[in-house]
Amino acid sequence: MSARTRPITTTEGTKPFSFSEAGLAECKALMARYPEGRSKSALIPILHVAQAENDGWLSVNAMDAVAQVMGLRHIEVYEVASFYSMFNLHPVGTYVLDVCRTTPCMLRGSDDLITHLEKKLGIHAGETTKDGMFTLKGVECLGSCGTAPMLQCGAQFHEDLTIEKADALIDQLRARNSRTNYTDR
Amino acid sequence: MAKVTIDGVMIEVPDGTTILQAARMIGERNKADRHVVPPAMCYYTSLKTSGGYCRTCIVKVTKGSDKDPRPMPKPVASCRTAVMDGMEVANTTDPGLVDARNGVVEMLLINHPLDCPICDQAGECHLQDLSYENGKEASRYEFERRTFDPIDIGDTIKLHMTRCILCYRCVKVGEQLTDGRVHGVINRGDVAEISTYIQNAIENDFSGNMIDVCPVGALTDRTFRFASRVWFTKPVNAHRNCGNPRCNGHVVLWLKGNEVLRVTGRKDMWGEVESFICNTCRFDKKDLAAWTVEGPRQIDRHSVINQGHYNLERKQALLTSPAPNVPELAKRKELKDR
Amino acid sequence: MGRKLLFEHIDKPGIRGLEGYRANGGYRSVEKALKTLSPEAVLEEVKKSGLRGRGGAGFPTGMKWSFLAKPEGVPRYLVVNADESEPGTFKDRYLMERIPHILIEGMITSSFALGAKVSYIYIRGEYFYVARIMEQAIAEARAAGWLGKNILGSGFDHDIHVQVGAGAYICGEETALLESLEGKRGNPRIKPPFPAVKGLYDCPTVVNNVETIAAVVPIVNDGGEEYAKIGIGKSTGTKLISAGGNIKRPGVYEIDLGVTCDEFINSDEYCGGVDGRAFKAVVPGGSSVPIVPYELFLKTPAGENRLMTYESLSEGGFAQGTMMGSGGFYAYNDAQCIVRSTWNHTRFYHHESCGQCSPCREGTGWMEKVLHRLEHGEGRTEDIDLLWDIQRKIEGNTICPLGDAAAWPVASAIRHFRDEFEYHVTHREKVKDPKHFAREPFRKSAKFATA
Repeated sequence: MSARTRPITTTEGTKPFSFSEAGLAECKALMARYPEGRSKSALIPILHVAQAENDGWLSVNAMDAVAQVMGLRHIEVYEVASFYSMFNLHPVGTYVLDVCRTTPCMLRGSDDLITHLEKKLGIHAGETTKDGMFTLKGVECLGSCGTAPMLQCGAQFHEDLTIEKADALIDQLRARNSRTNYTDR
Repeated sequence: MAKVTIDGVMIEVPDGTTILQAARMIGERNKADRHVVPPAMCYYTSLKTSGGYCRTCIVKVTKGSDKDPRPMPKPVASCRTAVMDGMEVANTTDPGLVDARNGVVEMLLINHPLDCPICDQAGECHLQDLSYENGKEASRYEFERRTFDPIDIGDTIKLHMTRCILCYRCVKVGEQLTDGRVHGVINRGDVAEISTYIQNAIENDFSGNMIDVCPVGALTDRTFRFASRVWFTKPVNAHRNCGNPRCNGHVVLWLKGNEVLRVTGRKDMWGEVESFICNTCRFDKKDLAAWTVEGPRQIDRHSVINQGHYNLERKQALLTSPAPNVPELAKRKELKDR
Repeated sequence: MGRKLLFEHIDKPGIRGLEGYRANGGYRSVEKALKTLSPEAVLEEVKKSGLRGRGGAGFPTGMKWSFLAKPEGVPRYLVVNADESEPGTFKDRYLMERIPHILIEGMITSSFALGAKVSYIYIRGEYFYVARIMEQAIAEARAAGWLGKNILGSGFDHDIHVQVGAGAYICGEETALLESLEGKRGNPRIKPPFPAVKGLYDCPTVVNNVETIAAVVPIVNDGGEEYAKIGIGKSTGTKLISAGGNIKRPGVYEIDLGVTCDEFINSDEYCGGVDGRAFKAVVPGGSSVPIVPYELFLKTPAGENRLMTYESLSEGGFAQGTMMGSGGFYAYNDAQCIVRSTWNHTRFYHHESCGQCSPCREGTGWMEKVLHRLEHGEGRTEDIDLLWDIQRKIEGNTICPLGDAAAWPVASAIRHFRDEFEYHVTHREKVKDPKHFAREPFRKSAKFATA
């Protein structure tokens, strides 16, 4: 059973946040996509942009910047950000490993994969390694049941995993050492 | 106009009336028929888009209408379902429905702390009444209950999220009565909570109405905190010339001698505030001289505690295991927080 | 070998790009519809085809379209549900990833029939890379004049936007999807009003699954009657089945509705049989549909061969049948534990409950806790009846179908595998080993042997 992780609800000890020029331009373009007066529709896409620009998580500062850009009340942003599981409300590692653990993956060995990764990284699912490199998350069905077990890291799906393939992936990521985001192209 | 029959009692109501409102009209017409009225924990007539969440008001539509007499396949939320001409509804007369509602009540209680002995809402709590009228004698839930720390959301309101049933009424107050909502529902599923997210005070002329609409003791008046059990106070109707154009200054004063312990809006027979009052009337006018007293307030004493129902002999203990957080709450020096 | 309508050209080189797609007859339905048919005539073809919603509910698409309100001066929307999150289902991802233009083509043709000038594809956030593929395909289509103003000189304007979600199964429920698309929490709306009357931005809206909209392409190309020739009874056309679990050949298969279940699970054209052990149980339509023992998947209660159709799969009702659902098919071998799988299912629904209404918010977590206790060797006999009662109190009493979806897997598991639940109570030490049945498969007692 997953323990409840409380979001970080204070600005204390967190970095200030402002959108990059490119990020801001993307926000404006996203908001312009919807009919007059309906730009709030861009909230989820814009939160993805903010998360990618804030080391992979949504701090209060980042969410407040989103509220400001979109002209929304702060609580409207907090409500939405805290509803969706892809938004991280506390700091995460350089790589977030979303390992699917739902039934079809379980039938093909995801329990073993998660146990192995926990051991290898020395953390429990839901935690981040001390060096800040990996966050391991057990997530629900990622729609890759035919290629199970699998994990998602950034935008990429790593499918048909074996213990060996997972080990090789970890080593490869560690060597590369650059942040991945869902929004990566 | 549409004719609708609820538990065998017929009434004619304007088109578009909900089943719940039709049932209340029956109850208002004849007090003896009040059993046809489904309980409502989240619906609130004066708050738009309220209702539908708690599922306590579900009823069984045994006949859809004269035109299409087929029954509805599932129970429906009576607060959000409009009547049709010729509709027939079962509220307490369908054993399956009674059982289903019983289940809803059990669900609402599994994570409730049952800390009534230290809760200011006790005696006027809709959840107490609901569980007495529609619940079971014992809970089958044996796991640790969900807990939250109580927090102050401003000088005047205390939030005990542990007691909340997520009815959304206070969110609608924030949306519809105040000029800017700063609180809402965060997170999802069974860890969803009413929150301001960041430490934030709810400061607004009408924010105090959140306390009146809260069906449980989740939002309580800090200025009345632990001052008295409500049944030891004397309620009187009173009014003052309130300068706020949206407040008519018609309130209930809850007195102990000549001391004004608490000020609230006036509630109708369904427990809903007749007109919302401003925070100045509610929190700042605690001097009897500030008010014109109209006379004693008639209170519909159907509440469980008012009727002394808790003295009833029970076949088994209320809980199969004690609620862990009653002593825990006390331990947290709650009482020091007066 | 059945006919392939959606996957006919899926292996052709360059099919992902506009040029390759066009070279294989792509966008013919748009030409046919916009140049030779009226919107009503397109709707008529869809009605004649008997196409049913491929997202899970199986509601007739033509009928859904005909409910769309058409008030003067109010825009109408088509929203494509690509939130594919039902465990076991990955067909829409496969389709969008490999042949994105068939979805765009279907959206243009469908929007023409519905009178929608703008449509949206709501893709689950985890499929971000698929959203990029769709965006690129849309840009290609726009550049080639398939989208934009006055398409093919017909006077019909249309544009498509891609919207990403951010991780919420509930957004596959159409009104939660619309809330999310409006930038809000994915809380399902209380119905009525239905989206056909008050949907996106309070305007009349049709929400359809990816596969449903893609199927409009062959329906318009070949005619609804031709499409309806495939299949049996009210199950017409072809269906994409995502096959996974303990089978030899996992993947997405386009089947003629009406293939026998035996052929589907055992022939080398499809699943290829079990992965080296014996089959134990099947979930044929995504995690929400009832789980059935393997024998009951092959044969109806009357002893006839069961077919992969909406009707045949549900034959025997809830007690002895199951459902087509979204076509998220997964099979269990005898190393698997039904209690563990039910716990896993329930954890999923607990995690995904939006928390709006009380039976689902509180009940899913309660069931998970009881199942956790059973699976970890701490259960009691009463727990089984308790579970049965909790699921019964959730089913039918919630705002949206997630409550039912959480209840059915529990109900069906207890109904068909009660002896396995009892085993967990009587063999507490054994089941503490997570691989208890991998080492020694569970054998049904005579009492529970399937007839």
